[in-house]
This record gives sequence, C-alpha cells and structure tokens, in this order.
Amino acid sequence: MAEVRMTGISISFGLEKAVADVTMTVPDGAFVVLLGPTGAGKTTTLRLISGLERPDTGQIHINGRVVNNETPAQRNVAMVFQQYSLYPHLSVRENLAFPLRSPILRTPEDQIARKVGEVAEVLQISHKLDNKATELSGGEMQRVSIGRALVRDPAIYLMDEPLSSLDAKLRADLRIELKRIHANLGATLLYVTHDQIEAMTMATHVGVLDHGRLVQFGTPRQIYENPASLYVAGRLGLPRINALPATLFGAPPAGASTIGLRPEHIAHDGGKEALVKRIEHLGDQTRLHLSLEGHDLVTLTDVHTKLKPGDRLPVQPRNPLFFDAAGDRVA
Amino acid sequence: MSGYSITEPSRRQKWVAGTLVVLYALITIMPLIWIITTGFKSPVDSISYPPKVLFEPSLEGYVNLFTTRTRVSPEQLAQLPPPKRWYEEIVRNRDMVIAGPSRYGERFMNSVIIGFGSTFLSVFLGTLAAYAFSRFKVPLKDDLLFFILSTRMMPPIAVAIPIFLMFRKLGLSDTHLGMILLYTAVNISLAVWLLKGFIDEIPREYEEAALIDGYTRFQAFYKVVLPQAATGIASTAIFCLIFAWNEYAFAVLLTSGTAQTAPPFIPTIIGVGGQDWPAVAAGATLFLLPVMIFTIFLRKHLLRGITFGAVRK
Repeated sequence: MAEVRMTGISISFGLEKAVADVTMTVPDGAFVVLLGPTGAGKTTTLRLISGLERPDTGQIHINGRVVNNETPAQRNVAMVFQQYSLYPHLSVRENLAFPLRSPILRTPEDQIARKVGEVAEVLQISHKLDNKATELSGGEMQRVSIGRALVRDPAIYLMDEPLSSLDAKLRADLRIELKRIHANLGATLLYVTHDQIEAMTMATHVGVLDHGRLVQFGTPRQIYENPASLYVAGRLGLPRINALPATLFGAPPAGASTIGLRPEHIAHDGGKEALVKRIEHLGDQTRLHLSLEGHDLVTLTDVHTKLKPGDRLPVQPRNPLFFDAAGDRVA
Repeated sequence: MSGYSITEPSRRQKWVAGTLVVLYALITIMPLIWIITTGFKSPVDSISYPPKVLFEPSLEGYVNLFTTRTRVSPEQLAQLPPPKRWYEEIVRNRDMVIAGPSRYGERFMNSVIIGFGSTFLSVFLGTLAAYAFSRFKVPLKDDLLFFILSTRMMPPIAVAIPIFLMFRKLGLSDTHLGMILLYTAVNISLAVWLLKGFIDEIPREYEEAALIDGYTRFQAFYKVVLPQAATGIASTAIFCLIFAWNEYAFAVLLTSGTAQTAPPFIPTIIGVGGQDWPAVAAGATLFLLPVMIFTIFLRKHLLRGITFGAVRK
C-alpha cells in the first residue's frame, strides 16, 4: 500500500478539459471517495492514476516515485471498472486468477488457488467459480470484478462506481466488506461514487470535482457540514440542500445572495408560515414539500406526522449556510 | 404445454417455411449432386441421354484421375501377369495399363499449400492491421482504409498483365510464394475490413483491464482480444480460403509446372484419353472436400459470425 499524490494534473480531450490542475494526496491507508456529477472528471482521474491516460501536465507520484512514464502494469494498481470488466472467454476462476498469472506477478499455482478461494469466499461466489463469466448475473459479475482487484496487493485500489449495478442488499453487504478490507489490510482506496451512503460510511476523505477541478477535499463530515460552495453542498445530503434567496429570512451576512438550508436546518418552531404541498412517507423518514413565498423547499418531519397538504407550518432557519452570487461560501 | 406465444410462428407457418427451404436447398444442391454422382459413373453412363439417376457405381473415374494409362493390344495384355490391385483390374478392362501416377495429387497439394498459406497470411496480417486501425490513432486512418478497400473496386484480373510482368521480373512466376503473395494481396483488404468490424465490437475495457492486471499491450492483445475475435477470424479465414482455393484466372496465367493449383489442372484431365467426365467429376468432388471440411470445422464460429452484432448479450 502506498501514498498517491497528484500535483497540477491536467488533461484535455479535444477542446474539453477533463481534469484541470488537480492537486490531491491520497494518504497511505486512506479511503478517498471522489464525488461529482457525470463529466466532472472522476473516472478520468482514476484512469490517470492507473496509467490508462497520460496527463498533459503535472506529475503523479506513487510511494514517492514519479510514475508519469510507467505503464499501468509497472504502477501496480488494481482497478474495478464500472462495466465490461470480466473476460468473457474465461471462467470465473480464470478471471480471478488472471492478474496473479501476469508476467509481473507470476504467482505459483498453489498460491493462486488459495488466494482465489479466499476472495471467492468473501464475495460469496465460491459456487460459481467454474461458470463462464458470461453466465453470471450482473451482481455476480460485479463481485467477480471486485474480486479480481482484491486478489492482488497493489499500491492502490481504484474503484469506479463498483457497487452501482448491484441490488440494495448486496450493496450494503459489499459496503461493509470493502470497509472491512480497508481496515484489515490497511489498503489505500480511491473510489468513485454517486451514492451518498457509500461516501459517508466508507470514506476517510472526500474529494469533490467540478468540471475537472478539485473544489474541496476533506473528511466526509467537513464536506457535509462545512461545504466550500453551494455546488459542494449539493453533492451530499438527501433530500438535497434547499437553495433560497438570502433575504427570505431577514438580513443576511454581507455578500450573501443565497441561503442554503439542509432539511435539518429548517426548524418548525416559529418563523414564516409555509404551505404544505405534499407529504412523502418513506418509512424511516417523512419528507415535507413546502412552499414559502413562491419558493419550494423540502424538509423532514416526524414519521407519524398529522400534517396534510394545505396545512400551514411555521419555518425558520437554524445554522444555515450562506453563499455569494458565484456560489462560494460566505458564512 | 398449451400456451402459445404471438412471436412464435404457428405450426402451419413452420411447415410452409420448412418446405420452401428444403425445395430451395434441393435446387441449389443439384449441380453438386450431379458432379458427385458423375464421379462414380462409368464413362458410358456419364454421357448417356437421358441421364441415368440409377447406375452401377464405378471407381473408374477416381482411378483415371490419379493415374496415367497406356493402351496395349489384347495380345500384349494376355501376356501380362494377372493384376495385383483392384485398380489395375479396372484399367485392364479398358485394354490399358497404368503407366504412372497423374499430376492431380501434386496439384492438389499445391492448392493446399497456396490456399491455406495465403489464408493464414491474410488473416494474420489482417488481424494485426485491423487491430491497429481499431485501437490506435493512425494518421489518415479513413483514407488508408478507403485505399485498402479500393484495391477491390476492380476485378483483380484487370491488372493481370502488370502482375504477370512483375512476377517474371521478380522470379515469382510459377512459385508457391508468388501465388501466396498474390492471393494474400487480394484477400487482405477483405480481411482488414471484416476484422476491423469484429475488433471494433470488442470493448476496449477488456484490454485496459488486462493492462492494469499486469500485462503488456501485446499480451493483452493475444490473451484477451484474440480469443474474443475468434469468431471474426474464423469467418474471415473461410472467406479468404474460398477465394484462394477457387481462384482460376491467375492460376492459369501465372502457374504451369511446379506451382500449378488444381483449378487450372482439372479441365486438362478431359484431354487425356477421350472425354473422361467421370475423372473430371472425381477431381472436382475431391477438390470440394477441404473447403467443406474447413467450413464445417469452423461452422460453430461462422454461424455466430453471421449474426454477430445482431443480438446484444
């Protein structure tokens, strides 16, 4: 396991800057989650570190060594792709053994058998080892491709939305499994996801990308509680943060043009009257869709609320976040 | 099961479709049956009119195909020791003795060497070129691909005379190497285009995964891309072999002795001792076999090749 450092990394595809001047350190043993919408440069960042893409500028260090000119094989990284990753002409067992048989590792057969057995056990695919890779369900395929990374002991595991194609139960199981692997092996992971729960539960650090730029890097709690911009604030939190005109609840701090209210930042004990438009009972939480002076906002309420559409409810901010016209944090 | 699906054809539709297919197959297969049966007829039966559907089978055509014979007088024949082999007997019944082997075996082997040699070379070079066109940033890629295809925009025989002169100058006339190079040159454009289509269909992620799994680009190519391109390689090989195997015009023009293939040789059998249709038919029948066997051998891949891309897994 190793520290991975990117300094001033940029890459363009045609006119599009996919990654722009990113400087980021993935500490040894860290579990770093990259967040950002499609096209923010998350996958490209993984590909740059793996060596599948070469940066136009900047340096990538793995374990203190500049790897810009090394091939993916020389960099000793493992990567889980979002899709299409199993070799369709090989069995599950051969897929798992494939990295171990590479000319770089040349693992003895008895060790391969042991390692493949262990990983298959962890990922609950032992009974499918002799199947063709194409005979698996989507979830099983994804587990095998995670397994193909786990059989190795690389400098860093790069994972590109590895759990996105799995059902909820399996996703929860594997989340715990990945966290356990991270803790037990002291593995370094760089992980791309859209999923808030994955980011919050597994990450030691979260990096937020916007149009190829790294706009904030910190612990999950820092990112959630102390976002640098409205954009970052919108990446985490379900229901999403409400963005309203700053003056809606009285005089804002200087320079603020938007007030950001997470659902839990809205108190119902006095303040302005809002109209209840819709109520969503999700079981573990109940969402209220409110209308306040023509602005929509979403908040949470008691699961067994007696409120109905058409009711009126007083709302006021509690510990809100303020952003300027450009979306940067003011207070 | 009593349920039925609206997408499944009815029993009657299946019958009608099946009958039509069988009828069509019978019509197209008639010439083939004609050739195969003629090979087993006696010379008299082979030219009888109306044609005989039922006849006494004879191996005379095959014996004549593989031998050269000399006519002897009945007196000389009587003095000879009795025939030792069944084929000697067939020949003696026609007042002849076997003078030696014919050149059919040699020509057939030439066809095998040249046909399979050029097929291998076309597919080998075609796969590498197709992979490069599919995966790398090749300058002027589209123009190069068009140029490769443009070599097939006229019948190859149109350039017969320049090729004839080139081959003479280069000492390639009537050599195996010359014919292999010629057929490869004709087939390679087909091979590149067909294979590029197949390789384009293989997602790059597989190679990228292999690169990260610790393999070099070339290892990723032969361990991951080649097995998945097997379908395309098999169907391309069949198309290349069929062309090289059946090619007649260049073979007539450029070969005569050592490197002559079977297609120009088979018609010359007619001239050896009358109109020997059974021997010609026997030669044609045997000549069909290698391509048939090769195709049946690769059929599993070929069928997938034809429907390739139609059904997404």
